[in-house]
Amino acid sequence: MRHINRKPDRSTGVFLAALPFVLVVIAYAVGSEMRLSVNPQDKLLPAPSTIWDTAVRLFTQGDRRTGDILLWKDTWASLTRLLGGVGIAAAISLSLGMLIGLFPYARKTFAGFVAVLSMVPPLALLPILFIVFGLGELSKVVLIVIGITPIMTRDLAQRVLDIPHEQIVKAQTLGASSGVIALRVALPQILPRLISNIRLSLGSAWLFLIAAEAVASDVGLGYRIFLVRRYLAMDVILTYVIWITLLAFLIDWALKTLSRKSFPWMEAGL
Amino acid sequence: MSFVSVTDVWQSYGDRSILERVNVEVDEGEFISIVGASGCGKSTFLRMLLAEETPVRGEIRIDGGEPASEPNRERGVVFQRYSVFPHLTVRNNILAGEGFATRWGRLRGAARRAGLERADAMLARIGLNHVADQYPASLSGGMQQRLAIGQAMAAKPRVLLLDEPFGALDPGTRIAMHEFLMELKAETGMTVFMVTHDLEEGFKLGDRVLVFDKPRWDPHDPGAYGATITYDFDARDGGIPFQHLKEAEDV
Repeated sequence: MRHINRKPDRSTGVFLAALPFVLVVIAYAVGSEMRLSVNPQDKLLPAPSTIWDTAVRLFTQGDRRTGDILLWKDTWASLTRLLGGVGIAAAISLSLGMLIGLFPYARKTFAGFVAVLSMVPPLALLPILFIVFGLGELSKVVLIVIGITPIMTRDLAQRVLDIPHEQIVKAQTLGASSGVIALRVALPQILPRLISNIRLSLGSAWLFLIAAEAVASDVGLGYRIFLVRRYLAMDVILTYVIWITLLAFLIDWALKTLSRKSFPWMEAGL
Repeated sequence: MSFVSVTDVWQSYGDRSILERVNVEVDEGEFISIVGASGCGKSTFLRMLLAEETPVRGEIRIDGGEPASEPNRERGVVFQRYSVFPHLTVRNNILAGEGFATRWGRLRGAARRAGLERADAMLARIGLNHVADQYPASLSGGMQQRLAIGQAMAAKPRVLLLDEPFGALDPGTRIAMHEFLMELKAETGMTVFMVTHDLEEGFKLGDRVLVFDKPRWDPHDPGAYGATITYDFDARDGGIPFQHLKEAEDV
């Protein structure tokens, strides 16, 4: 039997899916054990039990001075920036993408501009953003917006152009105006694309967020990681990395579920 | 004056001539089949009837009105594919035939209730009332085309344009669709233009069959001359239109 036709059964599938995770954990535990047996003071690869203790402490114990639990404060600050930036980017790219996709005049005006804009490396603009918008929340949100909007816009505009021309003509023969075509034909078909677009852009959004927080901030997940780096506090860094990964995974899962619930017609053909 | 009049229409894309000197007069309620080899401009002709394209010369008028510059409610259309909206349920697809012409693209209140009743009547007529709440993707090809025709009819167009509407259907479904279309046509008396590559289908359904072909042909430059209507058959009574007339005279 050809390998492309061989499929694992259910239990094998679960085992295979879990395998890489288990291997990474084992490799880490072994590496950590080897280093700690040579030097019990080693900080580079803290034992899994140490990470667990640190995690429990970070999630439950308040700061000695203020009593605030820093991890939750960091999480709240970072998520506000992230979701704010992604939300603004989604709104801009949706409206601009619809304009470019539907209206030839807007297409001629903006398509080339957005294409060039998407080539600008956003992180290179970070100093400018800090100078223009200051070191507060605004510059971080703007970095996320600048970082992901152009590419989202290009993709959404293409999705609008991908709507079969027959549908657009058909809508016109039913008497639809440009606005009605945008609102009732293009928008509903583009919304699921917007959600998958957001899911793909969240990775870059996290990147820009952490970069901005690392450079200048006083609270946030990225800030904390780069702060404790100075003390080589690997247990804290690893806890934060795992926590960020978990947050990213949960947001992605929530968006996927939302998409499936909101757009039943997408899957009606399956 | 005839209902649809096509006067000296020429069409070309750049140097490539597609249609030349197309003249045809069509009476209200006629079913016109358009046949021809592929690439002979029959779909271009339909797009000009639809006003999706404007001819470089000549004009097309419906009921003596001004030549249209873009598709409008006078011209209903059914394409081979993608004629219905995948994100609307079957019932809402029919309702769109009325609702899309409003300011916000949706009927409200009493107008919506009345529209829903008409939509359900249309669904019963095209035999789709049992799938009213499903999405088009879950329908078979024949059902989707019936829905597309019903949706076009719901907007009450003056001319119905069909671009190879049954081209993607299997032979059995196609024959069922022929019957459905003939019934609908007998009920409404609508003027229909249908492009098809199936000669038999063209003669079976049409009152007239227009054949598009190139009368002039330059072997060194195939794009030099466009196609035009080379035959205009009367296809009524199985293509022998005057048999009753003759018999009547003999007696």
